[in-house]
Amino acid sequence: MSASTPAARVLRAAGLGLWKAVLFVLLPAVLVTIWWFASAGSTDPQVPALSVVLEKFSTVWFTEPFSQSLFVKAVVPSVTRLLIGFGIALVLGVVLGVLIGTFRPLRDFLEPALEFFRAIPPPILAPILMLFLGIDHALKIAIIAVGAVWPILLNTIEGVRGIDPVLKDTAQAYRLGPARRLFALTLPGAGPQIFTGARQALSIAMILMVIGEMFAAFDGIGSAIATFQATFATASMWSAVLILGSIGVVLALLFGAVERVVLKWYRGYLRTQRGGA
Amino acid sequence: MAGKTHGADLSVRNVRKVYTGRGAAVEAIQDLSFDVKAGELVCVVGPSGAGKTTLLRILAGLLGSTSGEVALGGDLVKGPPPGMAVVLQEYGRSLFPWMTVAKNIELPLKEKGVPKAERKRLVQEALDAVSLADAGRSYPWQLSGGMQQRVAIARAVAYEPQVLLMDEPFAAVDAQTRLELEDLVRALWQRLGVTVVFVTHDIDEAVYLGEHVFVLSNRPTILLEKVTIDLGANRDQVATRTHPEFGRLRNHVYELVQHAKKGARSLDEAGLAPAWLPANGETTVRQRELITAQALAAPVVDATADVDDAPVDDAEQAGSAEA
Repeated sequence: MSASTPAARVLRAAGLGLWKAVLFVLLPAVLVTIWWFASAGSTDPQVPALSVVLEKFSTVWFTEPFSQSLFVKAVVPSVTRLLIGFGIALVLGVVLGVLIGTFRPLRDFLEPALEFFRAIPPPILAPILMLFLGIDHALKIAIIAVGAVWPILLNTIEGVRGIDPVLKDTAQAYRLGPARRLFALTLPGAGPQIFTGARQALSIAMILMVIGEMFAAFDGIGSAIATFQATFATASMWSAVLILGSIGVVLALLFGAVERVVLKWYRGYLRTQRGGA
Repeated sequence: MAGKTHGADLSVRNVRKVYTGRGAAVEAIQDLSFDVKAGELVCVVGPSGAGKTTLLRILAGLLGSTSGEVALGGDLVKGPPPGMAVVLQEYGRSLFPWMTVAKNIELPLKEKGVPKAERKRLVQEALDAVSLADAGRSYPWQLSGGMQQRVAIARAVAYEPQVLLMDEPFAAVDAQTRLELEDLVRALWQRLGVTVVFVTHDIDEAVYLGEHVFVLSNRPTILLEKVTIDLGANRDQVATRTHPEFGRLRNHVYELVQHAKKGARSLDEAGLAPAWLPANGETTVRQRELITAQALAAPVVDATADVDDAPVDDAEQAGSAEA
């Protein structure tokens, strides 16, 4: 095989990209097709035809002007709160996780309490938090942050704890100061675990975003779904579910892109560890 | 390397280490005292489980001793001292996998506050010194085991330490690479003038590399013998290793370690004469010189230790100065 000229390599890379893209959309396309034909001509109001559901995109979500459309009014506040809540969870989880993971006595002291709080299903906190925070943005953000912080926190603790003692010795022997140690050893060392936690936290945050909005509905996708459901606008409700799912896919793709950049070393590292090279 | 760094004296005084974890306390090191002069290369050997790594970690300031003290360049070691670099056995685990080779070498220099341009130069020189000039942009895990250990050595070299501690650095590399790395360590040591403490379980390696070899007992560890390796400054994998003196010293250390394994706690218990004393009356010229030197050394030491003599000398000098 003489396929190592630059042109050939670009073509092969493009081919690989194309193949991946095909794989990526294949199953969704099949599912949508099945849905389309299975629901075609449906007269059951609970299960409207997919064509009817898709119609709602133009008549309900993307009405003119765009800035006044339901899409902007519902999706923007939802996603904003999601990102803020997730951001708070990320910062809090990593900061506390590094502290708790680094200091053994702190860990022993806090572990039982952490286990307790982690065991509480976050949606339960919604009515309680409502008492303190009202029903506004603060509540919805707090529900997301409080629920999403746990996987990040616990994974960060594990990640920090699991850093190779030989690396710690090396850092100590070369007298790395606290700041350099944090950025050269602790954070990158716990990085893979932090990303694992953050990925879990992102899906939890999505769930809590919707739950928070259903509890105290005045805007957002969750609120829209609750309203559609209460008014028997079933097709619109289904369309909201499609939008929600799409947001999830977009966020997961963005997350994956960030992870690929930040943990680039880790993928290569794992490959050599497995290959035994 | 431009600025030749200068080694520092390393002194170990009555170091004892008892591990008190769960269960019974384990006395790893009973009592160790020795000196390494500035710019010397010494090797530490002993049976496996002789507390060699424990000793090195204490020297490095990574582990506290139960009692006794370690001083580097006259300063007590309480934590990792400045001017000390370490190369550990687990090369794959002592390099930061998220940093390129160059960044790994540069990291301690940043902490030291070396300016950027200077850092760049030191990194490149260190890579050149270990024959890895082009590997700076690679990640450690992209390199072979021997190359990774070279990177760890380059990191230590770039740091321009006064003392270099090496803990079985070549235990996990293949035999050929090992010989190359041994010569690399000798060459760097001669060039840098740094004090090197090299811990190994390989007796041939210890005799080949060291100016002195410290032979340790089983745990609880004591020093069995400080063997002076008189094989000259320039060692050669073929000529040195086939030299009769190499064989004699190697066999001596080997026998001593074998006895140490069985629990011998002194040369007498091992039934061995000190290495510098010929076993059967056949002495080389060099050995006779050594024996004479040792014999002469004794009264000299006594004279200086004699308290009465010193004031007389001083008084005489003072008197003559007045007159």
